[in-house]
Amino acid sequence: MSTVDSPPAPPTRTTRAAAATADYLDQRTGVGNAVKEFARKIFPDHWSFLLGEIALYSFVVLLISGTFLTMFFVPSMTEVHYHGPWAAMDGVQMSEAFASTLRLSFEVRGGLLMRQIHHWAALIFMASIVTHMMRVFFTGAFRKPRELNWLVGFTLMILGLLAGFSGYSLPDDVLSGNGLRIADGVARAIPILGSYVSFGLFGGEFPGVDLIPRLFTVHILLIPALILALIGLHLLMVVLHKHTQYPGSGRTDKNVVGYPLFPVYVAKAGGFFFVVFAVIALMAATMTINPVWNYGPFDPGVVSAGAQPDWYMLFLEGGLRLMPGWEFVIGQYTVSMNILIPGVVIPGLLFTVLALWPFIEAFATGDKREHHVLDRPRNAPFRTAFGVAYLTAFLILVLAGSNDLIATHFHLSINDITWTFRVLFFVAPVLAFWITKRICFALQRKDRELVLHGHETGRIVRFASGEYIEVHKPLDAHERWLRVQHEPRRPVEIEPAEDSRGVRRKGYRIDAARRRLSKVFYEDRIEPVTPAELAAAQSHGGHDALPLAHEERHEELTAGASGSRHLAPEPEDTEGTQGTQRH
Amino acid sequence: MSTHHDPSTDVTTRGDGALPERFDDPGLHEHRARVGDSDPKANKRAERQVVVLFTISILGTIGAIVAYALVPPGETVGTMRLSNLLLGLGLFLGLAGIGLAAVHWAKALMNDHERAEDRHPTASSDSVRVKAVEALREGAKDSAIGRRGVLKGAMVTSLALFPLAIAVPLVGNLGGGWDVSQSKRTMWRRGTRLTIDPSGRPIKASDVTIGSAFHVIPEGLEETEHPLNEKAKAVVLMVRMDPRDIKSEQGEGWSYDGILAFSKICTHVGCPVALYEQQTHHILCPCHQSTFDAADGAKVVFGPAHRPLPQLPITVDDEGYLVAQSGFDSPIGPSFWERLT
Repeated sequence: MSTVDSPPAPPTRTTRAAAATADYLDQRTGVGNAVKEFARKIFPDHWSFLLGEIALYSFVVLLISGTFLTMFFVPSMTEVHYHGPWAAMDGVQMSEAFASTLRLSFEVRGGLLMRQIHHWAALIFMASIVTHMMRVFFTGAFRKPRELNWLVGFTLMILGLLAGFSGYSLPDDVLSGNGLRIADGVARAIPILGSYVSFGLFGGEFPGVDLIPRLFTVHILLIPALILALIGLHLLMVVLHKHTQYPGSGRTDKNVVGYPLFPVYVAKAGGFFFVVFAVIALMAATMTINPVWNYGPFDPGVVSAGAQPDWYMLFLEGGLRLMPGWEFVIGQYTVSMNILIPGVVIPGLLFTVLALWPFIEAFATGDKREHHVLDRPRNAPFRTAFGVAYLTAFLILVLAGSNDLIATHFHLSINDITWTFRVLFFVAPVLAFWITKRICFALQRKDRELVLHGHETGRIVRFASGEYIEVHKPLDAHERWLRVQHEPRRPVEIEPAEDSRGVRRKGYRIDAARRRLSKVFYEDRIEPVTPAELAAAQSHGGHDALPLAHEERHEELTAGASGSRHLAPEPEDTEGTQGTQRH
Repeated sequence: MSTHHDPSTDVTTRGDGALPERFDDPGLHEHRARVGDSDPKANKRAERQVVVLFTISILGTIGAIVAYALVPPGETVGTMRLSNLLLGLGLFLGLAGIGLAAVHWAKALMNDHERAEDRHPTASSDSVRVKAVEALREGAKDSAIGRRGVLKGAMVTSLALFPLAIAVPLVGNLGGGWDVSQSKRTMWRRGTRLTIDPSGRPIKASDVTIGSAFHVIPEGLEETEHPLNEKAKAVVLMVRMDPRDIKSEQGEGWSYDGILAFSKICTHVGCPVALYEQQTHHILCPCHQSTFDAADGAKVVFGPAHRPLPQLPITVDDEGYLVAQSGFDSPIGPSFWERLT
């Protein structure tokens, strides 16, 4: 259908009706302008761009399933005695919130499905936000002009955490109740204001009778409204900036290569919404989540062993578990470092660095240009290594949040595990940083090697002299471009502290800080192959790249190469060319 | 942008014979046709597949409605799961059919020629900026705000203050009575009987065997105004061990014949410390693994807690029931700023 241009068909009834509707709308809204502008807008294609879409679609699923749940859930802490089909809880005293959650599961047809869809969608919402952020981070998509959109996305992540925690606590079961009790304990550790913050949250003493209705309003109105507004802003900026694209031939900072919104992305993205919803529905159909009927209603004297919060809260829980019991008293006032450090300081640090990263990196590079072609993570070794180190610290905290399950599943001592994680929290990120940076360099060297010498063919040739070589197949122009297209990043060079007349220059201190930071970022580096280097490599080892065909050109290229400068001299690529080729 | 597609052994030289600093972008890949683009049969097959996928969706949705009508959740977990499974599978098929059909349609049948569209700088052009600045300047001039400092000050102040009329009552009411000292008091008084949680039955000292652990609430808990609030502070874990095993206590004579009672609220962040290990006399918090030694004044032996669990001094009354000698001598639960005041 795509390749044949058929002559325009005579108008049918349907097309006439469509035309009339369009005319009606356009006369009243001028929608034609928007259609002209956006219908054929180009979007690039890559699987990793779907991560953000998953976040968007799971949010829509949350809205749909959440609306269903509000019809039957009763956000009240009034105590009632349960009488219903679930015999195990017959006559048990519980809040109306918990009783209505049981009713949703046992009596409302499809209620359990919607509850489980809602919970699974929430987990996937957070997971896709986090992986989407990782994609944006590791490819440098946050660079100018997208720094503000990074902040919007960051805020969405925080709101997602709050949405998850407030919703998770609504059923008023014993598991989430203890989660709230922990939140209360953390709130009370805040110096000076702690007790008042706790009273403000709970409407008095824990647990009180106000919390569930308050959380309900926060969960179904305030946070979703904010998320919806920020999603709108997030997408508006995506349209404004046009989507980033991965490097490749024909892709530049001045164009965007891909397929038109209508019909390709209407079908693909629209279809993908249904796929995401379908997967969540399948999970909800086959995998039980949060079976509160087994936990029972909240009771401040009851706790279950092996309890875990939802995954996105595990890092906070892990911090609380790892921290040694430091607490001190100033005068007669108590300061609980065992709660403040894991509950406030560490998440505060982690989140602040994350939110400010685009600005930190922009400061280090001093780069004011717009970037629309993404980085391959290997070509930004410091950033990639930092990101992996960051994730490692996060992962250690997540694992520490499950230290009791690790202990019981693997028959290990909980004390040993806790101590191991305490050490790993400091050591593992450093190791991860170093290893990742080395891996990036190794991959960059591999890219250089391929560009300079081509692919191994496995074809061994013997020369008349008795010398054996393996024939290498040179890269085609597209494959080569992928490996040389990036600009080398180098530490910034700055003006001297004093001008020619010996007067101290304004702004030198900031420049010096920038230089120091950019040295940390870019001092160790491997730069892409330049045409001169390729020419030099060919003149050295040309005969084993393509034995006879390029005899004449060698002379010319050597001449060119001799005048050029190697930007990133590496022994094996310059002097040792012969050696590396003759394995 | 260079348009030629030479193998990489070609290195383009500049007019003067020198090599460029960087390679040239070879330009977009040539379009590769799909099987269906040239083979009408394959094209027709893809179309049929899309139709089948939509049909699966229709059948799935009908299946979900049938499951809704015929399979109620019932009274057991088994029937509930069955109802959930059938409804969910129907919904899954209904959605997956549409999703996969649309994606397959897009990939197999729609025009797949890549196109390039130009980008423009995000910033507005200089001439637009000039006009924008001019517009603002004119507006500011029309408002005559530049010359009226007092007016500006009054406006900013009134705008900054008005939210207080909403925020102050809101925040003021949030905390109930704001009597934060409540959290330092529990129900335990001299003579309050220890009763079993949740039945409220008093406990005779003679019924407590060595090695056992009891979950305890104060007598009369249900009659209080906010039983859950009181319970959240007053729950106690009571254990009995051989009196010779007791290394230390928080107060002289606070135990009765090897029976010790401790606040069940963890001094870390307030989870109930419900796990008692009979052999080691350790009390463990399942939330963050703070471990307390019941035989040694409930001192912290591991984990993030700092303070021992407060001990409830106990004795027996005339009838042999366990009672409190007094309340806790320090606030129970997590530390907070004014705990010691």
